[in-house]
This record gives sequence, C-alpha cells and structure tokens, in this order.
Amino acid sequence: MSLDPATVRRIARLARIRVEETQLVPLGHELSGILNWIEQLNEVNIDGVEPLTGAANMALRLRPDAVTDGGNVEGVLSNAPDRAGAFYAVPKVVE
Amino acid sequence: MFDLTLAGARAGLRKGEFSSRDLTEAFLGAIETLNPVLNAFITVTPELALRHAASADAALARGEHGLLTGIPLAIKDLFCTQGVRTTAGSKILEHFIPPYESTVSANLLRDGAVFLGKANLDEFAMGSSNITSAFGPVVSPWTRNGDNRPLVPGGSSGGSAAAVAARLALGATATDTGGSIRQPASFCGITGIKPTYGRCSRWGIVAFASSLDQAGPVARTVEDCAIMLQSMSGFDPKDSTSADLPVPDFAAACRRGVKGLRIGVPREYRSDDMPPEIETMWQQGLAWLREQGAEIVDVSLPHTKYGLATYYIVAPAEASSNLARYDGVRFSSRTDGADLNELYENTRAAGFGSEVKRRIMIGTYVLSAGYYDAYYLRAQKIRALILKDFTDVFRTVDALVTPTAPSAAFAQGERMDDPLKMYFNDVFTVPANMSGIPGMSVPAGLDAQGLPLGLQVLGRPFDEETVFAVGAAIERAAGFTALPGMRAGGGA
Repeated sequence: MSLDPATVRRIARLARIRVEETQLVPLGHELSGILNWIEQLNEVNIDGVEPLTGAANMALRLRPDAVTDGGNVEGVLSNAPDRAGAFYAVPKVVE
Repeated sequence: MFDLTLAGARAGLRKGEFSSRDLTEAFLGAIETLNPVLNAFITVTPELALRHAASADAALARGEHGLLTGIPLAIKDLFCTQGVRTTAGSKILEHFIPPYESTVSANLLRDGAVFLGKANLDEFAMGSSNITSAFGPVVSPWTRNGDNRPLVPGGSSGGSAAAVAARLALGATATDTGGSIRQPASFCGITGIKPTYGRCSRWGIVAFASSLDQAGPVARTVEDCAIMLQSMSGFDPKDSTSADLPVPDFAAACRRGVKGLRIGVPREYRSDDMPPEIETMWQQGLAWLREQGAEIVDVSLPHTKYGLATYYIVAPAEASSNLARYDGVRFSSRTDGADLNELYENTRAAGFGSEVKRRIMIGTYVLSAGYYDAYYLRAQKIRALILKDFTDVFRTVDALVTPTAPSAAFAQGERMDDPLKMYFNDVFTVPANMSGIPGMSVPAGLDAQGLPLGLQVLGRPFDEETVFAVGAAIERAAGFTALPGMRAGGGA
C-alpha cells in the first residue's frame, strides 16, 4: 500500500499542516513505510478482547462541577501572539 | 565536589561541610564551561538558581532539612516552570513562558531543590537520539575508544541524561512515553526510573501521549533516583489519572536486598540480532542476582513483538490530538495567513519539525473516518493483550530483568535515514508504557568500545519498591565506576 498524493493532501489538511505540492509524493512514501510496518498487527487475534484505553486501569474520579480557578485574564493572554483587549486576535473569520 | 552523589551532597549540606551556594556556583561554572559543547541545557537560569540556593542555605541554617534542600537539579524543558521559558524542544514554543508551575517541579521546589536550568530534549519528547530538538542536538559526554565522533545521548530526555552523566547537575527530571527515561540513562551510564503510570502527576508537563506519558528522575545512583522520585510522586487532584495512593519510602527499599525474590527473564526479549555483548551482560546481571539469593525463572510475554507497532498507533494518535492546541492563537509563535485556516496551517508548517509532523500525520490518519477501527481500536485491543501478558507473569515472578536497549549509543548521523530504524531503539522499553508498569535502567557494564550498557528492571504496578531493591542489587554487584571523557571536575 502507498498513500497517493490526494490522501496525503487530505491528511495534511485534517492535521492543519501546510505541505508543499512537491512534498506530497515523498511524504506519502514515508508515511506508507510506517503504515505498512504497522500492518503486522493484523496477524494478532483480537476476538473478544476489550480495548484498553489507558494504562491507569482505573475508573476516573468525579469532582463537583464547580469553578475552582479563573479571573486571570493577563496570565491566560500572556503568551498570545496577538490580542485585542481581553481577547485573542485572529484574522477575520466572518465576512 | 563533582564526585558527590545526590545523597552524598545532601549529607554534606546537612553537616555544613559546604553550602548550597558553593554547590550551585560549582555546577553553574561547569555548565558555563561544558554546555557550549554538550548543549544539554536549552536555558540556564543562574539568578534563579542562586536565589533558590540562598533560601536553601537559610533553611539549613534554621535546621530545616527537606528531602532535597539545597540540591541543584536540571529540569527537562517539558515541565512548565513559572516565569521560565518552556520550549518542549520546539520552535513553536520558542517564546512560551508558563504562568504556572508543573506539579512535579513544584513538589521539588517544596522540598528545597535548586533549579539550574531547562534541559534539552527531542522535540515534544518524540525521538530516541535528541537529534530532533529545534535547539540543536545534545552531544553525549561519552565517546568510543579511540574515536572522537560525537555520539547521541539517547532520547528524548537526552539533555537530562547528558547533564547528569557530565556532572552538570546532581539529578534531573525526565519523562518517559516509550523509553525516554530508560534509554538515555542506558546510553549515558546513569540510572533512571519511569514509575507506574499515575505515580507522578502529569499536570503542567507538555503532553505528548497522555495515556503513556510518565515523569521520573535520572541520577547517578539508584538511591539518588529513590530520593528524587519520593519528592516528585504523590496524588494530585489536578491530574485525573493521578493515583491516590501513599508514596512508600523508596530509599529504604534500595536496602532490602533480593533474597527470595523470583526474577523473570522474558524469552521474547532475546533475538538473533542482539549484540553478543548485550546478551553476555544480561546473563551477568542474572548471575549477580542469583548470587544475592534471587531465583531466576524463564517466562513468556507472547505479545512483546507487537509492542512497538502498537505504540506507533497509540502514541501518534494521542499526539495528533494533544498537539492540536498549537494553533498560532493562544501560546505559540504565529505565521500569518490570509484566513484562519491558512494561519493554522502556516504556523504549524513553520513551527513543527519533520518528525513531529510525521507523527501528527500518522495519528491523524489512524484516527480518521473509516480507519479508526482498523488501526486505533485494534491497537487498543492489542494493548490489552500486552497488559495481560504482564499481569500473568507477575503472578509467578516479582520482577523482570532485560537489557534496556538493543544497542549502546550510536553516532550522530547513524540510523537517521529511516524513521523505523530509530523506532527500534525502544523495542524493550515500550511494553512498560503500554501496560503502565514501572521500569528502571541501571548501568551494568561497558561494551568493547567503552560505552555504557544498561539493564532494565520491570515491576508490578505501584511496586516501585521491588524495582528499587533489584536495581540496587545490580548496582552493588556491577560496581559501575566508569566515567565519560567530558565531565565537570576532570577529563577533557
């Protein structure tokens, strides 16, 4: 199996990473190399096995649905590349 | 002073033989001399370190002896440190200054530690060589006999391991998602432990693969790791997977001995490609344990061979989700675009290195519509089988002993042509992350080229104490005293 340029373009789009047209073929080969190696997992019998979602193997705790922190606008915005007042600034999204 | 272990330095501080300021200034001086060559630190924080040292000296003068009062440490640049730049080894976080402190580093500060600076790492902890850091590769303080080519320190905690091996710090924090504590510890001739998943809080650690990531220490000795892990561990309500369990006295466990313990040797870890020196050292390690009263038992972990491929579904899938937050809007560098989507795509194309992009794209693919069951769900089921392998063998043995890595350190440039070759470094370490069990690497000897080789001790979940007991027994028998050529207080 080898990922075609259209599939690589679709993955890059989903991942929000710009990939140059000239890179689609080499990147497709690279990703296919890894995915083909992963195919070895198809030989494992997984009938009736429950998926393991995490290593903790324990039920997650519940907590009261209450505010525990907040009111720190300057801290939250301190690393923003661009801001307008108490908000993050981004290019116009609504025409 | 550079010959001191963490435990030795702590005893000296308590007796007033030297001050934390003396220690801290000595390490800062050594960093100034050696870091331009080793590149083990991305950021050095001399003023902060001297401030921490001054408070430690004041506390010691009042007779307050915390677990780590006055001990200079390096902090992997994946742990958020309040007011100190935290890059995760990535250009995309080049200017990120966290407004908060990670729980693990806060625990160390609570216990009186001194922070020297932020240690280099593979970008977002993705790598086994420290080659992928946006701040340049770390050079191992070790070289092969009669060959001065720079070697890799291992990864991803390569800066932490190199700093400790070169004696630029008494210990360092590290993290381990697929072997990133144990493999660099093995390559650099030091000790490192990945505790059980849930033992150390993940809060404030830049996330890579959340169901696998676990913090732990690297240090010169097993006891030093025990002291650091004691401080780093503990329940944290801010991490939903943090274990609400008491933290045992790990240092006391180092003195337990191994008499009567049953040590398993998984036959699937043996392969025809394994260098004979590693096989010999493995047998030697088992002989040492037998001499100290342990019983050695052959065991089987049938799904071992699938661990790595399973890992390369689970880890990239979780990474693609975790790294979605670096969007050029909230806390990263931005590369502009005509609209919001272009801003995201340009920012992430410019900010991430090639290995990180590769893993995000693999993760995106295996989670995408139509492929989820074939890849991610299948991987989670195989993960369950890997855990079952361990659960089954731990009914009959108390710990497992294996080599840490399939080779000694390699040179920069070697194995870089094919990502899969690099991934094989983690073949022995990944299963502990998949199953969440604790694992330690202890230096056991040198290969014919004069490079360190480590043995790995694996234990039951939340039984780090047995891991420390077995690790300390190997350490006692190995008497590993070899030192790298480049180090503070000696050598080139």
